Amino acid sequence: MRQQDIDAAERPVGSSVPRLESHAKVTGAAPYIHNLQLPGMLHGKIFRSSVAHGRIRAIDTRAAAALPGVHAVVTGEDVLRVIPDPYYGPAFHDQPILALGKVRYIGEPVAVVLAADPHVAEEAAALIEADYEELPAVFDEVEAATSQAIVHEELRPAGTFPDLKHLKGRRDTNVGLDFRLRRGDVEGAFARAAHVFEHEFRIQPVMHVPLEPFVSAAEPGERSLTIHSATQMPSFVRIEIARLLGWSDSQVRVKSSLLGGGFGAKVYIKLEALVAALALIVRRPVKVSLRMEEQFYTITNHAATVRIKSGIDADGRIVGRHCQVWWNGGAYADIGPRITQKSGFTAAGPYDIEHVHIDSYAMYTNLPPAGAMRGFGVPQLVWAYESHTDMIARALGMDPLAFRMKNVLRDGREHATGTVMRDTPIDRVLEQLAERMGWHGAPPPAQGALRRGRGIAVGIKASISPTTSMAMVTVAADGSATIFSNTVDMGQGSDTAMAQIVAETLGVPLSMIRTVRPDTDVVPYDMGTLGSRSTFHMGHALQAAAADARRQLDAMKAGLGLPADEAIGIGDLFFRKFGMRGAGNVTGVGTYTPGYAPVDPQTGLSPDITPYWMTGATGAEVEIDTETGHVRVLRLVSVADAGKAINPRIVDTQLSGAAIMQLGATLYEHMQFAQGELTNGALAYYKIPGMHDIPPAIESGLVESRQHSGPFGAKGVGESASFGVSPAIANAIEDATGVRLTALPITPETVLRALREREGRPLAEQ
Amino acid sequence: MGPDGDSIAFTLNGKPASARVAPHHTLVEMLRNEFGLFGARESCGQGLCGCCTVLVDGQAVSACLYLAALVDGAQVSTVEGLADGDALSGVQQAFVDCGAFQCGFCTPGFVMMSTQLLARNPDPDEHDIRDYLSGNLCRCAAYPQIVQAVQCAASRQKEDHAQPRGE
Repeated sequence: MRQQDIDAAERPVGSSVPRLESHAKVTGAAPYIHNLQLPGMLHGKIFRSSVAHGRIRAIDTRAAAALPGVHAVVTGEDVLRVIPDPYYGPAFHDQPILALGKVRYIGEPVAVVLAADPHVAEEAAALIEADYEELPAVFDEVEAATSQAIVHEELRPAGTFPDLKHLKGRRDTNVGLDFRLRRGDVEGAFARAAHVFEHEFRIQPVMHVPLEPFVSAAEPGERSLTIHSATQMPSFVRIEIARLLGWSDSQVRVKSSLLGGGFGAKVYIKLEALVAALALIVRRPVKVSLRMEEQFYTITNHAATVRIKSGIDADGRIVGRHCQVWWNGGAYADIGPRITQKSGFTAAGPYDIEHVHIDSYAMYTNLPPAGAMRGFGVPQLVWAYESHTDMIARALGMDPLAFRMKNVLRDGREHATGTVMRDTPIDRVLEQLAERMGWHGAPPPAQGALRRGRGIAVGIKASISPTTSMAMVTVAADGSATIFSNTVDMGQGSDTAMAQIVAETLGVPLSMIRTVRPDTDVVPYDMGTLGSRSTFHMGHALQAAAADARRQLDAMKAGLGLPADEAIGIGDLFFRKFGMRGAGNVTGVGTYTPGYAPVDPQTGLSPDITPYWMTGATGAEVEIDTETGHVRVLRLVSVADAGKAINPRIVDTQLSGAAIMQLGATLYEHMQFAQGELTNGALAYYKIPGMHDIPPAIESGLVESRQHSGPFGAKGVGESASFGVSPAIANAIEDATGVRLTALPITPETVLRALREREGRPLAEQ
Repeated sequence: MGPDGDSIAFTLNGKPASARVAPHHTLVEMLRNEFGLFGARESCGQGLCGCCTVLVDGQAVSACLYLAALVDGAQVSTVEGLADGDALSGVQQAFVDCGAFQCGFCTPGFVMMSTQLLARNPDPDEHDIRDYLSGNLCRCAAYPQIVQAVQCAASRQKEDHAQPRGE
């Protein structure tokens, strides 16, 4: 036994045990939906729109249907036979399973070919032809507000969110949601301020690129349907598919598995409604596995434009801030309106500001749909407010750290929403970052054409609320335990962390705990694995379920007349009770929903907007080649508040992983569109970080703290290290060279252009 | 070649194997469909991410691009052949001990390449490791932990050679 295993046996929570599925992952045996093969299964291959906005005149499927081996060709009209109202989406019911009447982006699914041999289906899909009447299209999120091109003639809010009801039936607008926050008198604050600063920032579209591409399968049964999907949200998929079919929830079974990455891509409905329709049309199991290229047509991060204006008093305090954010939601809303609101309200940053106005707009455009991605909009906002904050500090001649420390929100103070900050040590996160960076030491030396600089940035994110997690824990007669949780382990290590929580609560060794894979037929409801909510919400539910099981075991002991302090193994206890080895078990159940106060629709304010805040800060040390514009990140430091880390090593890997992922979005990744057509949707042209892109020094640190409302003091941490990466690098570039970049990604070209511009000898436009 | 393709015979993880393959079938498809081996996975489909890495006659190849018919007569090794029952290989154990993965989808590819690296260069420095693994992508970005795991496997391998087990 290694030391860590001995520690884990005594105190599982807080111990860096290896992931429980480690053996399966290194031997190739780990289960993914990618591997699924069902008897009699057909493969579906998708024919996609080639125009950005148009009315469908005709779809010619004859050549495809005639290809030997093709089982069926399905269009949107065919879907209507099994699903009369085939529009889905968590915020708006705006997305058709296959295009109906109109297409709204290049890459939108228009038809599907089904065949037993996927090669045949693919060949046939290429034989489909569609004729469109092209319509004017809009791609820019700010232009969309005033464009004559209207993506959806009428808005159709889903019933899920009562606060969207007022948008029902609204016509001829591309504004899906306009969220506003009004605190104090921001114009008055600007008028009284000693200094006013205003800047605009842009963020490019990027894709999650899970290495297991989207994959779903559906299996029709007797008045039932089983969906196997690489989804982060089995419970939501079940409810939404049942709604589409007009069935009861119990007729739809959704099973998930380990995911080959999710990062927010695999939330809500992606391929699940499509495979459900296909399987019901042909009455056979159907699997749709996307190619890497097709992922880029399925969901993206939100591109955005952020305008931010701040008033500063003579003492260097931020007294007013107005933020305007336009989110490029693409052709279908997905969860964009929630990002617009739930991240929108953090747009003014982790600062104590008396007067704050925020306007946050969910925009429809003719691009692939944008949705949740690691950070849920927060990295875009932090890019803006932490670039802006640094620019202000430099303009005032203040140290960027000192300026932040003067203005950060501290516990007991009100956030812009009116929620009082608790257990959110932003100041301590910044202090630890400064210490690790050696911020107060000598700045890095300049060497000829190579310039070095340092930058920092800090951001906060609210948890998604109000949401519910439910769970069960069974204890078998031999003392082993089984966890029933619909939290999906997509690499964040939730299976291990949850088992540690159960082991600690139940007093059962980790080696005797197993987790049932998510399955809505046998596992209780959970809102979903997203927004770094699982450790907190599911952790609570499982802690309660394990405590419930423990209570039942204690009651069993008392019922047998045994004294409470008598040491008796669980196996012997069950034997005494049931008189037979192995007979019986106990099932503990647990439910958790945190408190929440809805936002006031007029002011956007709420006294209880989130059960906990996540804080992440980043420090970057860069070297710029002023002759080529090349940026080398020499050092990347992440510091986060994780509350109590259930498994410190997994937390550390989440921090470095999130930081590197955001490094990709900062320096390399950019979905490039030409009139709505994606020109680089494959890994050959869309570069994600590899081994050589990792900074020579990469480190992370945790602030020792405690979320008093969290299970064992824990809170979510999966996104925190993504918040500050982009602005920390831009701030370091300005420190090194004096040039400021306000658009992502930062490439050698954009850096060189900025440098040459500053020298008064700009490069020619392309 | 018939409609179902031709028969090929080869060695798979040390054991004789045969399959009927069509000319367009890739090695990763054959491993999945004919042998139920899912450790090599198609992800990018362009030979750029390394998720489908297997060895053919000791040489790492991208099995998503490598035609199955070409392994006729060859020695094919996959991640499933590395462990001896429950006993993991040195590289596999080091990946577990260093927590060198998150979602695990790319892990078999990294394990195969790291195994080949240590076979060719038992004492790689950090640059050698990064260079050798630069054709493998990990979107969870467990790169720092992967480098540690390879270093750990290399140093354990060295110790094992210095003090053979069982003596």
